[in-house]
Formats: sequence, C-alpha cells, structure tokens
Amino acid sequence: MRVNFTVNGRPQDADDVWEGESLLYVLRERMGLPGSKNACEQGECGSCTVRLDGVPVCSCLVAAGQAEGRDVVTVEGLADFAKQRAEHGGCAAGACGTSLQDAQQWQARGTDSQTGEGTQLAPIQQAFIDAGAVQCGFCTPGLLVAADEMLERTPNPTDADIREALSGNLCRCTGYEKIMDAVRLAAARQGEAV
Amino acid sequence: MDFLRPASWEEALAAKAEHPTAVPIAGGTDVMVEINFDHRRPEYLLDLTRVADLYEWEVGEENVRLGASVPYTQIMENLRPELPGLALASHTVASPQIRNRGGVGGNLGTASPAGDAHPALLAAGAEVEAESVRGTRLIPIDAFYTGVKRNALAPDELIRAVHVKKADGPQQYSKVGTRNAMVIAVCAFGLALHPETRTVRTGIGSAAPTPVRAKTAEEFLNAALDEGGFWDNGKVITPSVAKQFADLCAAACNPIDDVRGTASYRRHAVGIMARRTLTWTWESYRGTAARSEGVA
Ligand SMILES: Cc1cc2nc3c(=O)[nH]c(=O)nc-3n(C[C@H](O)[C@H](O)[C@H](O)COP(=O)(O)OP(=O)(O)OC[C@H]3O[C@@H](n4cnc5c(N)ncnc54)[C@H](O)[C@@H]3O)c2cc1C
Ligand code: FES
Ligand code: FES
Repeated sequence: MRVNFTVNGRPQDADDVWEGESLLYVLRERMGLPGSKNACEQGECGSCTVRLDGVPVCSCLVAAGQAEGRDVVTVEGLADFAKQRAEHGGCAAGACGTSLQDAQQWQARGTDSQTGEGTQLAPIQQAFIDAGAVQCGFCTPGLLVAADEMLERTPNPTDADIREALSGNLCRCTGYEKIMDAVRLAAARQGEAV
Repeated sequence: MDFLRPASWEEALAAKAEHPTAVPIAGGTDVMVEINFDHRRPEYLLDLTRVADLYEWEVGEENVRLGASVPYTQIMENLRPELPGLALASHTVASPQIRNRGGVGGNLGTASPAGDAHPALLAAGAEVEAESVRGTRLIPIDAFYTGVKRNALAPDELIRAVHVKKADGPQQYSKVGTRNAMVIAVCAFGLALHPETRTVRTGIGSAAPTPVRAKTAEEFLNAALDEGGFWDNGKVITPSVAKQFADLCAAACNPIDDVRGTASYRRHAVGIMARRTLTWTWESYRGTAARSEGVA
C-alpha cells in the first residue's frame, strides 16, 4: 500500500509498504532516515521515539498505515523544528521544514565539535554535546526527541519531571547522570533566552 | 494482509461485521509487538485511530463514559478527580511514549491478567459498552474477563467505551514490580471506598488467570465497617479487621509461579497491598469526613 504523510514539515509518500510494517521501518528503510534507531521493536527502549502529530511515541509500535495524513518529526528534523518553534512559534506544514535529502544527509556538527563547522543544532542537541551526554549515541536520537518535547511542555522542569519524561528511554552507556546534566543545561539556557 | 481504515464508528462496525477475524488496532502497543515478532499475522488489520468518537469522554451524573482509545496520558491529566483509581493505574503503565498511545480499550481487548486498568475498573465499578451492527450491550466488568487473555466480546463486536462509576470516595492503586517505569505487574491491587453505598470494592491483577475481585474480603469488610459504625464515627480501622481483610484478599488469589514471581510471593504481596491501600484510603476518608461533617 501507499502511505502519505508529513515528515519533518514536508509531504512525503512511501510505496509498496507492507500492511504490518512499522512507521520506524518506513522511516529507516524506505525514506533513508536512520536517525530513529531500531533496538528492541517492542516499545521498551525508546530509541525509535518520534513525534506523531506532536506527541512522542515509539515509532516501532505505530503501524505505517496509521501515519497516513499525520505529521511526523524525527531527530533529523529536530534542529529546524526547534528553530521554527523559537522564531515563529511553529511551522505550517510545507512552509518550512527539512527536505528528505537534507534530512538524509543531516549530521550533528555542534559549534563545539571538532570539525568546528557549526551546522545549527537544536538547543537540546547542543546541550547533549556540551554536557558529554553522548557516548555510543545509540539512545541519543530518542532521548533528544523526548527531552525536547518535555522542555516545550515544561520549561522549568524539576529533576523528577526530567526523570519521568525520559523514563521510556534506555541508555546502556552513560548511567544517565550526564543526560540529566544535558537536559538541565538546555532548560537553563532556554530560561536565559526568554 | 489488508489494512482497513474506517473513518467513522459505523464504518468500523461494518468492517468488523464483514471481516470478523480482523484484528482491531488502536494504540498498537500490544498488536505491533506481536506483529514485529511474527507472533501474529492477521489477515486484516482494522485501524481504529481515525474514529474520533473513541478518543472522547463524557462526564455524566454517575459515570464517565470513557472512549475506548482515550490514551492513558489523557486519563491521568483530565480524569483524576472522577477516576482517581484508574488515573493512578494509568500512571504505572510502561512509559510516557506508551501511555501516549495505549488506552483502556486495548487493555480490555488484550485482557491480560497483568493489565493495569483491570483492578482499577473492578474496584471502581464499570461496564464495557460493546457494539456490533447487531446492536449495543453493556457488559458488567465482573463478567468481561472470561479466561487467560480472553474476554466476553463476540467476533463482530468492538468496544465503544467503558462506563466507569465516578468516585464517591477515595481510591488507590498499588503495583509490585522491579522498577518504577516500564514494568509488567508482578501483582497489583486496586481499592475503592464507596461511602454512598457504604461498600468497599477491590480488584486484583496478575494473581489469578483473570483479573478478579476479592469478594469474600469485601463482604467481610463491609459487614465489619457497618457493625462498628465506622462510616459514621470515622474511627481508625481496627488492626485485626485490616489483617483479616488482607488475609481474605490473599486467599482470593489463584496465582502461578513464573519468571516475575512465585505464587506464594504474589499471595503475600497482595495481602500487604490490600492492608496498605485500605489504610491509605480510609485515612483519606476520615480526613474528608472530619472536614465536611466535623467527625473526629
Ligand atoms: C513496553 C511496553 C510496556 C507495557 N507496559 C504495560 C504496563 O505496565 N501495564 C499494562 O497494563 N500494559 C502494558 N503494556 C501493554 C499495552 O500497552 C496495554 O495493554 C495497552 O492498554 C494496549 O492499548 P493499545 O491501544 O495500544 O492496544 P492495541 O495494541 O491497539 O490493541 C490491543 C488489543 O485490543 C484490541 N482492541 C483495541 N481496541 C479495541 C476496541 N475498541 N474494540 C475491541 N478490541 C480492541 C486489539 O485488537 C488487540 O487485541 C505494555 C506494552 C509495551 C509495549
Ligand atoms: S525500538 Fe522502538 S522502543 Fe525500542
Ligand atoms: S550513549 Fe550508548 S546507549 Fe546511551
């Protein structure tokens, strides 16, 4: 079957989608967007977290057909998504966003990274780099999407808010402390910017 | 496999009548796991996420009519005053991502003895609104669970909503697991005080082939509270009464040994949770009674 939906602000379609296929599979294997990770395929790890009509969900548990006509934001579009939110309070579908090609080639190059190239990152992405919250990086995309949404809803989160919002995301490397630091840092910077 | 995508409730019922083997999919948090792991290859998937009615709820005089697909997150955020037990239970389900998708209709569809909505529904009192092209019926929650992962739905029926009695007193939900998030209950216990009818109702999860009420324990406690005039005098419940209630709740279990826990541990834990939730709710009842009626 064919599925039409919006990915990172741009209309997309996928053909020959098997009816039992997950949204995660369509994003990774059909659209060439491997940012959302596939680890457990059973909702346990959160590394496949995307926003579906604004709501964080495990894309491994969304049937591709259920995404028809919906709006999906993946980690590849997070930088632009955060930028639009900061500058215009959001974006009408199609008017801005990240093209599939740009999304496929998107790489995290923070202003502090060794390349020094300075692709613009979402504040939460920059905070993860600055706080040293990325080790192997497998859990990072899901955590970024979940943490960004939490900061949108809860600008001044307590530690309990952060733990709760990230309780569906597993990390096997960091021990979570640096991740907590990163989210606190992003929240503090967000507070200064207002 | 065919993907059926009804745009309205009527279309969904018609599709289920035409294809009784179709597997409904709402939040997908049970169904997709089975498909991803090849445990299930349905001929038809019946997507319910386009049926807007299923995401709505109405707060009536006596009941909340909770649409089958209202996600747990919405229940926690919007229905805490009316459905405190179910809101507490919802909060213990999995993680935010899962709670944003999954709901009570799916929990009832799966009818796992470990489903967290069940003890809360049993304790509060509820009816499942099942509908097919043949008509609508209300299934009392006590009659809904018919076996391990089996429920009373006919092949052509879908769950439209659950009618849950609005709380008329304190409710609690308690769950044993290895950590706070993302945990299937080793066992769970829901308790609701119903001061209007001067009754107490319970619900036990993961400690029998189906979710069950501890009816003998309820009868014992109802009689003990009545005899002692507790509902009026608001006294602390006698420890021996609480203990007897806890023992009877443990006796209502028919648990098994499995990877999550042994049968005897489950029985023991249910007794502890019964005593604790009774104490918590009763303390809260005494507090409100003292404020509203001046009872010490
Ligand atoms: C990582 C993870 C952790 C979990 N943790 C918990 C937990 O802690 N506690 C808990 O209780 N559950 C847990 N679950 C299970 C699951 O999230 C719940 O059972 C949830 O309520 C299912 O709702 P859903 O809308 O996603 O159901 P779906 O997966 O869409 O459907 C579940 C079943 O119900 C049927 N169904 C759905 N809607 C209807 C309807 N309207 N009419 C008739 N049949 C219908 C489906 O055909 C299917 O058989 C967990 C799942 C995952 C993946
Ligand atoms: S891959 Fe989806 S939650 Fe793990
Ligand atoms: S950084 Fe390796 S899993 Fe989190």
